[in-house]
Amino acid sequence: MKVGLLVTCLVDMMRPSIGFAAIKLLESAGCEVVVPATQTCCGQPGYNSGDRASSKLLAAKLVAEFEACDFLVAPSGSCSGMVKTHYPELFADDAAMLARVTALAARTYELTDFLLNVAKIQAVPGRFEGTVTYHDSCSGLREMGVKAQPRELLAKVPGLKLAEMTEAESCCGFGGTFSIKFGEISARMSDNKCQNIEDTHADAVVLGDLGCMLNIEGRLRRRGNETTKVLHVAQVLAGDTD
Amino acid sequence: MQIATMYFKDRAQVKLNDELLQYNLKKSKGKFVGKRAEAIRELDDFEGTRTAAREIRQRVLDNLDTYLEIFEQNATARGATVLWAETPEEANRHVLDIAAKHQLKKAIKSKSMVSEESALDHAIEQAGLKVVETDLGEYILQINDYEPPSHIIAPALHKSKEEVSALFAKVHGTPPKTGIQELCGEARAVLREHYLTGDLGISGANFLIAETGSVMLVTNEGNATLCTTLPKVHVVITGIEKIVPTLEEASTLLRLLTRSATGQSITNYVDILTGIKGAGEYHGAEHMYFILVDSGRTRVLASEVREALRCIRCGACLNHCPVYQNIGGHSYGWVYPGPIGSVITPMFIGQEMAVDLPNASTLCGACGVVCPVRIPLPELLRKHREAQVKEDLRPWVERLGLKGWTWLALHPGLYGLATRIGVRLMKMMGGYEGRIHKLPLVGGWSDGRDLPAPTGKTFRELYAAKRRSA
Repeated sequence: MKVGLLVTCLVDMMRPSIGFAAIKLLESAGCEVVVPATQTCCGQPGYNSGDRASSKLLAAKLVAEFEACDFLVAPSGSCSGMVKTHYPELFADDAAMLARVTALAARTYELTDFLLNVAKIQAVPGRFEGTVTYHDSCSGLREMGVKAQPRELLAKVPGLKLAEMTEAESCCGFGGTFSIKFGEISARMSDNKCQNIEDTHADAVVLGDLGCMLNIEGRLRRRGNETTKVLHVAQVLAGDTD
Repeated sequence: MQIATMYFKDRAQVKLNDELLQYNLKKSKGKFVGKRAEAIRELDDFEGTRTAAREIRQRVLDNLDTYLEIFEQNATARGATVLWAETPEEANRHVLDIAAKHQLKKAIKSKSMVSEESALDHAIEQAGLKVVETDLGEYILQINDYEPPSHIIAPALHKSKEEVSALFAKVHGTPPKTGIQELCGEARAVLREHYLTGDLGISGANFLIAETGSVMLVTNEGNATLCTTLPKVHVVITGIEKIVPTLEEASTLLRLLTRSATGQSITNYVDILTGIKGAGEYHGAEHMYFILVDSGRTRVLASEVREALRCIRCGACLNHCPVYQNIGGHSYGWVYPGPIGSVITPMFIGQEMAVDLPNASTLCGACGVVCPVRIPLPELLRKHREAQVKEDLRPWVERLGLKGWTWLALHPGLYGLATRIGVRLMKMMGGYEGRIHKLPLVGGWSDGRDLPAPTGKTFRELYAAKRRSA
C-alpha cells in the first residue's frame, strides 16, 4: 500500500527527524512511503484566521499532490484533521472539488491511528527506558478520535512506562496564531499543562502534534524546567529520541 | 449592560493576575466538570439525547414565526398578555408601562440574563421604583453596586464565601458570618421580607412551551416560585428563541439542561406556570405578561452563526473552556461570556465592537463536544473570523503575513529556499542552548515562552540528499 506522507510545514522546518521517524515506522509496517516533493502547508493558518480564500488555494494544491496515493498520513492530528474534517467544508459549494476532497479525506489518517488500525503494526522499533506522560492534542483527540491509539502503541515500546497526567485532554494553549495574539492567556494555559506534566514526574511528555510540542517545550524551559523531555510519539515509537 | 468587549485583552490580563479569582475559578471548575461527567452517565443514551435535543431546537428555529404565534395564541387563551420588544429599550419600556398601569412599586426578580442585556434593573430604579434580585448570586451582585455577572448560571462564581461574608456584613449591618449555611440563612431572612412586599414579579424563562403557553423555570433556591406566584403581576422577560413546541420536548431538553449545567439529575425546583390565577385558585398572579425580546436574535437567525440560537444557557461551554477558566467571565466585557458569548456577542453589539472575542479561542473543541444541543461553537467562532477578514477588521500585519505565507506555500521552489534560509537564521538565533528567547514580530509568543530552535536543515533538503545518496 502506497502511503503519501504529509510531512507538515512545522516538521519540515523545526523537527525534520520526526518526518524520518514517521517514514521508518510506516516502512516497518510494510508500507511503501512516498513524499510528494512539492508539498508545503495544508492551509490551516489561513483557515483558522478567517482567510478562506488562501486556505482553499493551498487545499486544492495538497489534494492534487496526494490523491494518487492510497492513503494520506500525517504525524499530526491537526494537519490530518484539517484535510479530513475541514477540506470538505471548504469545498461544500464546488461539486467537482468536493468529490475529490471527500475521496481523499476518507483515506486520510493521523500517524498512530494509521499504524494501529490500518497498517496493523505488531511491533515497533523503539526502546525507551523511563516514564512518559501523554498529552492529547486537541485536533487529534476531537477531530480524529486519537486517544487510545498512541497509548496502545506506546505500550509496545520496551522499557516504557506511561503515567497519565490530570487533564491530559486540556488544551496546551497553542492554538496557532492564538499563541501570538493572546500570548499571556496562552502562556497561562501552557503553564497549567506544564504543571500537570511535572506532577507526574515523568521523564518525558509525549504527544502527536508539533505545535503543542514547541509550545509545551518552550514554556517548560522558560519556567526553568531543563529536564523533562518533550518528544513526538513518532520519535519514541521509532526509537529516535536523542 | 455597559459594553467593555473592546478592552478584552487588558481585562484578561488583570484577571490572570488576580490570585483570588484564579483560586475561585479552579474550585468551581472542578465541581462543574466532575459533576456533569457523573450526571450524564445516568442517561442510557446521552449522545442520542443530544441529537434529539439538537433536532428539537433546530426545528423551532427553522419555524420560529409559526411557533411564536402558537405560543402567543395559547398564552393569550390562558389570560396572559404577550408583548413584543424589538430592542432592549422597548423591553424595559414594556416593564415600566406595566408597572404604571397596575400602580406597582416594587419588583422582585428571579434570574434573567435577557434583563441584563437591557439593564432592566437600572431602568426600573430610574423610574423611581424598587427592584430586588432574589437569585442568591444575582442578589450578591446587586448589593455590590450592580457588579456584572461572570457566568451564565452562576453569576457570582468569581466571589469567594469570605468576600460574600464581608459584603453581607457591610450591607446588612450584621456581624460577619463564616459558614455558607449561615450566609444563606441571612440572605433568606432579608429576601423573605422582600417577597412579602413586592407587587411585581419578574422572571426570565428557561423554556416557553408553545402548546400550552407556559413558561418553564429551573432553579435551586425556589426564589422563582415565590417571585412568580406571590405578587399580583408576573412579567416574563425572555428571548424569542426560547420556545419549545411541547411539554414532552421540554422534558427532553430538561434532562440535558440540568445535567450539563450543574450536574444535577434535576434541579430542586422546576416551575411550569400557565396563565393567570383562575377562579377558586389560591396561587398565581392576577396578571401575567410575556415580553418576548428580539434584540439581535433575528439578526443571528439570518446569519451564518444561526445555530447559536439553539443555546439553552446551561453554561457547560464556559465550564469546559480553558480560556474562560483562566480569565473568568468579566474579561469578556458583556452579558454572555465564554464560547457561546464570543459567538453571540458580536451579533448583538456589532462585530467591530467585539473583534477580540472570536479570536480569543484556541479552537480546542472542548465547548462543541459538551454542548447539549450540539452547537458547533468552534466552527461558529471561525465564521466570525471570516466575517472580520471580509469586513477589513483584521490588522494589516496579520493579513499581509497570511497572504505572504500563502503565496510562498503556493510556490514550492521559493518556499524551499526561504525555509532553508529561515531555519538557518533561527538556528543561529537559538545559540548553544538551542532556543530563542526573544522573537521579532511575534513577541506574543516569546513574552511567555521560549521557541525551541530548529535543527538547521529542513526535512525536504535532508530527504532530497538522502534520496540522492541512496
